[in-house]
Amino acid sequence: MSTATDGMEEIIKEFLAESAEGLDRLDGNLVELEREPKSHERLGEIFRAVHTIKGSSGMLGYPKLESVAHAAENLLSGLRDGKLALHPALTSGLLAMVDALRELLNAIECTGGEGDGDYIPVVRVLEELLRNSAAPATVTGDLTDAVTENIQAAAGASVNKIRVDVGLLDRMMDLASELVLARNQTLQCTSLQTDGTLLGAAQRLKRVTTDMQETVMKARLQPIGSVWDKFHRLARDLALSCGKQVTVETEGSETELDRGLIEAIRDPLTHILRNAIDHGIETPEQRTRAGKTAAGHLRLRAFHLAGRVHIEISDDGAGINLERVRQRALERGLITPEQAAGMGERQLGELVFAPGFSTAEQVTNFSGRGVGLDVVKTNIERIGGVVDLRSVTGQGTTLQIKIPLTLAILPALIVSSGGQRFAIPQVNLVEVVRLEAGPGASPIERVYRAPVYRLRDRLLPLCFLDRELHFESSGAGDLYVAVLQAGAGQFGLVVDAVNDTEEIVVKPLGKELRAAACFAGAAILGDGQVVLILDVAGLAQLAGILADPRVQPLKQAAEPESERDPAAQSWLVFRGTAGSRFALPLSAVARLEEIPAESIERSAGWEVVQYRGEIMPLLRVARLFHEPEQERELLPVVVLRESGLSAGLVVNRIEDIVDELVGVRSDRQSDLLDGSAVIQERVADVLNLKNVLALARGASTSGAADGSV
Amino acid sequence: MAPHRRLCTFYLDRLWFGIAVERVHEVTRLPAITPVPLAAPAVAGLINLRGQIITVIDLRRRLGFEERPAGMLPVNVVARSGNATVGLLVDEIGEVVEAPESSHEIAPDNLPAQSRELVPGVYKLPDRLLHVLDLDMVVGGDGGEAQSGKALK
Repeated sequence: MSTATDGMEEIIKEFLAESAEGLDRLDGNLVELEREPKSHERLGEIFRAVHTIKGSSGMLGYPKLESVAHAAENLLSGLRDGKLALHPALTSGLLAMVDALRELLNAIECTGGEGDGDYIPVVRVLEELLRNSAAPATVTGDLTDAVTENIQAAAGASVNKIRVDVGLLDRMMDLASELVLARNQTLQCTSLQTDGTLLGAAQRLKRVTTDMQETVMKARLQPIGSVWDKFHRLARDLALSCGKQVTVETEGSETELDRGLIEAIRDPLTHILRNAIDHGIETPEQRTRAGKTAAGHLRLRAFHLAGRVHIEISDDGAGINLERVRQRALERGLITPEQAAGMGERQLGELVFAPGFSTAEQVTNFSGRGVGLDVVKTNIERIGGVVDLRSVTGQGTTLQIKIPLTLAILPALIVSSGGQRFAIPQVNLVEVVRLEAGPGASPIERVYRAPVYRLRDRLLPLCFLDRELHFESSGAGDLYVAVLQAGAGQFGLVVDAVNDTEEIVVKPLGKELRAAACFAGAAILGDGQVVLILDVAGLAQLAGILADPRVQPLKQAAEPESERDPAAQSWLVFRGTAGSRFALPLSAVARLEEIPAESIERSAGWEVVQYRGEIMPLLRVARLFHEPEQERELLPVVVLRESGLSAGLVVNRIEDIVDELVGVRSDRQSDLLDGSAVIQERVADVLNLKNVLALARGASTSGAADGSV
Repeated sequence: MAPHRRLCTFYLDRLWFGIAVERVHEVTRLPAITPVPLAAPAVAGLINLRGQIITVIDLRRRLGFEERPAGMLPVNVVARSGNATVGLLVDEIGEVVEAPESSHEIAPDNLPAQSRELVPGVYKLPDRLLHVLDLDMVVGGDGGEAQSGKALK
């Protein structure tokens, strides 16, 4: 008896889960259908979803559910056969039907019964619509076949899929990372062995473990469409309530990302969508007057690029009135009049993300966006993402979000302080500066009592990790300053040592530790030890740096124009041996490394090093430009990375990183140069990256034996 | 047979404690532990338990006892509280005891309220008293340095 009940429960559970998914898609499909009423595909999918619910509810004995679905099916078959034409009232009726179904399914899930709701009115409305909507045939004939085919296709697909509990997936992820640790330890032991069988087995273990970890990660991916499906409906409802018309277009809804990320972006995206409709898109009258279509257009776009997921939400509304932003920021005391005068469009655009800007009542009638955008930004940054805003007055606004592929894995810099290691998320890290201990004056100066460091003539507020966390520092010796980005401001975190970068799997802290705001979570390092992940914003708050979020970030924004001018670029400047000075765009630089000369090997005549599991060709700047070479034990190397290929540029000395608007004068004496430019009042040769990388590419693919350049 | 309660027992500063046996997952030696700066003093740190990161609470500190003497290696009792798995550092592990319900008594009135939160009752076993620890309060409570230890002694 009990097994029979269990079996039934399983069936009902399955039915509920399947129906819920079907309903989510129904919302989107119905709104889409309104836009393109002749789409067979949409109608087919809608019909199929309702048909399935009707069939199952009849079989499982849910009469109310069945009667609503039945009435809807009749109406839909009228549409399908072309006896009815779609009109807004009909769509609303169908959407009401979806709500009724959802309510009923909810009731069944919570109470096991259909509840005592009255659904006869909904059925009446649907029947009424069927009677009154008779219209000329607009839908052509072969739809019935399409629907039947769809039903069969769907039945076929479902055989190969099962539902898996999310907790189980999370646990699998944990175990997979633990397996990686065990593998690493095993490999360490076997590296000393000479037994061929053992070595073979260890190698196989290595491969299988890597594959397994990737497979588990893949199992956690979900298409972003699972969030977007709801947006069609949301946009329609919102637009109706504001007396606006909106069409929603989605592109790339099959783009997959980790389910943890899907959950994390759901609210921010909803918020942005609301903002766009509420504040961005104008009323039909305003739009017509401005020469636009009466219906506003929202475009959601998602795609993978350079290992990140890009999501764009654009509208063709009024855009942000930057003049109003300037005024508002002045009124709110966020910026001084002098700052206001010097701010460019981009800086003004960034103001809407400032926390002080979002408090509700001042901005509700504000013709741009700005309500709670700081919250959106914070939420996106929490998962390692960035938000960018572009707006053209009168033409619309685009918000671009870039987030990592998985929430679970985060590249981080491991630092130590007071003998303990901590992880700093790479997204927060700007650069690392080494402060040498020496007899001279300390590089750390003080403004009143606050420690600061002169970083390229700018005072960088400092905080000491050991002091903030109340433990003893290991004392004298070199120190390192990790320059961190917290919101729009920067500060330096002083630590004892910088260890390495590592990809870490982020685990949340238990609730008993939540109070510690300066930690974002914990992770297990390659050696099996637990490390705490620093929450950069929390740490800044703890240290009292950037304490007033309204002032500090904007000081930054009001720096000299050239600093933040969009046309300005960051340049890495380095020295050649013969007193020459070179520059290359920082965007092409993956890392700065020092490699021991003895680790250089040769492959097909080229100099190479093993770098992060791959073979990286080395190019010596001195040889490229026929300068004298110097024998050294440690070689400074600029690691360039483009489309999956790394190349190391061996330089004499790295000088600086500068943000400057540079005009390159094209006086090329070599294919490898773009020309020369004046950077920090001195001349530097600007490398032509394309040609330099092409050289490196030759090294790594052709294996040309003509010796390293 | 009269109803019994099975308790996993352990020692802290020579006092005898117990928690419900079904809460206990395993008992381990303490692996490498990562301290959590700024956390409550009772939090000993985080450990890696087969890929899962769990918080370890030093029961001596949580109950306000003296620090464990140097050289005494604690034992880690891994137990479940709500949805969380935690480690509890104790001095020494005891056997599993079947305590008759009839011997249970709520903590006496002269115990301060603070202590009674963590140790709500005792079993009067023939030769000695077995203190019952409220695991959820130990984990979920304020985690500060409770004064209860001094009162218990």
